[in-house]
Amino acid sequence: MLKLENISKTFNPGTINEKKALNGLSLHLKPGDFVTVIGGNGAGKSTMLNAVAGVWPVDEGRIILDGHDITALPEYKRAHLIGRVFQDPMMGTAPNMQLEENLALAARRGRPRGLKWGVTNSEREEYHERLKILGLGLEDRMTSKVGLLSGGQRQAVTLLMAVLREPKLLLLDEHTAALDPGTAAKVLELSDQIVQEHNLTTLMITHNMKDAIRHGNRLIMMNEGHIILDIEGEEKKKLTKQQLIDMFAQKGGSIDSDETLLTK
Amino acid sequence: MTITSYFASLNVLKLLRNMPGGVSQGIIWGIMALGIYITFRLLDVADLTVDGSFTTGGAVTVMLILAGWPAWAALLVAMLAGILAGFVTGMLHTKLGIPAILAGILTQFSLYSVNLHIMGMAANKAVSVDKYHLLLSSRNIPSAILTGAVIALALVSVFYWYFGTEQGSAIRATGNNPAMSRALGINIDNMKVLGLSLSNGIVALSGGLLVQYQGFADINMGRGAIVIGLAAVIIGEVVGNAILGKRLNFYGTLTFTVIGGIVYYLVIVIVLWLKLNSNDLKLFTAIVVALFLAVPYLRSQQKSSFAKLRKKGG
Repeated sequence: MLKLENISKTFNPGTINEKKALNGLSLHLKPGDFVTVIGGNGAGKSTMLNAVAGVWPVDEGRIILDGHDITALPEYKRAHLIGRVFQDPMMGTAPNMQLEENLALAARRGRPRGLKWGVTNSEREEYHERLKILGLGLEDRMTSKVGLLSGGQRQAVTLLMAVLREPKLLLLDEHTAALDPGTAAKVLELSDQIVQEHNLTTLMITHNMKDAIRHGNRLIMMNEGHIILDIEGEEKKKLTKQQLIDMFAQKGGSIDSDETLLTK
Repeated sequence: MTITSYFASLNVLKLLRNMPGGVSQGIIWGIMALGIYITFRLLDVADLTVDGSFTTGGAVTVMLILAGWPAWAALLVAMLAGILAGFVTGMLHTKLGIPAILAGILTQFSLYSVNLHIMGMAANKAVSVDKYHLLLSSRNIPSAILTGAVIALALVSVFYWYFGTEQGSAIRATGNNPAMSRALGINIDNMKVLGLSLSNGIVALSGGLLVQYQGFADINMGRGAIVIGLAAVIIGEVVGNAILGKRLNFYGTLTFTVIGGIVYYLVIVIVLWLKLNSNDLKLFTAIVVALFLAVPYLRSQQKSSFAKLRKKGG
């Protein structure tokens, strides 16, 4: 489904701030793979997701998604293939627009936007139903400005927006990191539910090793811009936190998460 | 002059006589404010092109009417000229990476020469309502108010429709959250160019209305248009919120933008009536706009700020 071939990206080349963020990264996702991504600060996790999303062009390598070579496509031209939820809950929604308008924008992801109505009545009914499933009472606030919603609510809405038009690939960039633990758990559960329901190919970055182990069918660990560990299937199911930390240390990686601090 | 003689010299009837003229001019500037609303409120850009494109609209209108074109056709071409001006600003911004505010300044600056060329290198051109058939004129103020109001209402309705469409929503989304818009497949560069073009088209149209109303185009007629437009937008928001509060929808916001233009001009009429020096008008306008722009910030400071903590601690 997604093939990353030897991707490299250096920020600020030739300056004192030069940073090789991705270093010959290769990754191959099968359809329906739900991959959790862990690694220390600066390991290149978010950079990898941004490369796939097309936030900037990569220096080297190829990105193939669903059979299309998207390496040279700008962000807005790949958007029809990719659903995204960002770390910052403010980033995924338009605060001054109504909830239903936000959903309608997302429902037209990657489609030409002409002079038809921005939100139709039949859409409103559909959104009402889909918001109900979130269980946050948002179905009664469809004409509220999204800026009035809480961070957790906005993140749930962004998640719904990402899958309203089924994407070939779902990118979750530490999308629960900015939420309080209770809300984070709820949004994560919701993510699991949505991914399973649509059998979505998913890349999810997390800082929480427990989450990384519990969710998805495959786990990758990154360090210095490439993948140093790739575990899937039964092996991943049996994985423990301690094993992960040991493996990480063995590979010479550094990991920063609450768990490593506590186990030291 | 003592204070009593100053007040004695003020003639209330004269003020009332001048009010309708203020309203008719206010509507024309209110229409311009609709254009500025697109960039300032929807795209979140302060577009300084308008000082030039307003004059462009006026110059094109006058020259075409003088050449025998019907006024409505002249207005249409004026609008296209404005669209082109906005397009240039949009290209400078999106394709050449020049910050929006500088791109606008550059276009505005260049339009001074362009406008002079349009007017045959004359600094002003008269178009007499006696010789030509104009849509509106200060000679007949009630009719000018009616014509202006009809055009303004038509534009408000078109705006209301357009910004509810998929394309209009994409423009609003671009101004509201560009990162999200890109992620949803919106070409935000195109949306910015489109918004800037439409905005300047409306501004040029209002310039074309003003020259007919006043009977001449002047190379400096657009100077400060952006400030007057911002004043109208902001006054409209404040008045609209005061009257309708939470019931103020998009249609209301747009209508009150035009009303904001009218209020602005009525204030000008009053200021002139009070015999304040008309040369101070621009200073006065700038102060009013600065005050209104500052209100949201000052309100938030009132709720929570370090200065407040200092006072409390002291």
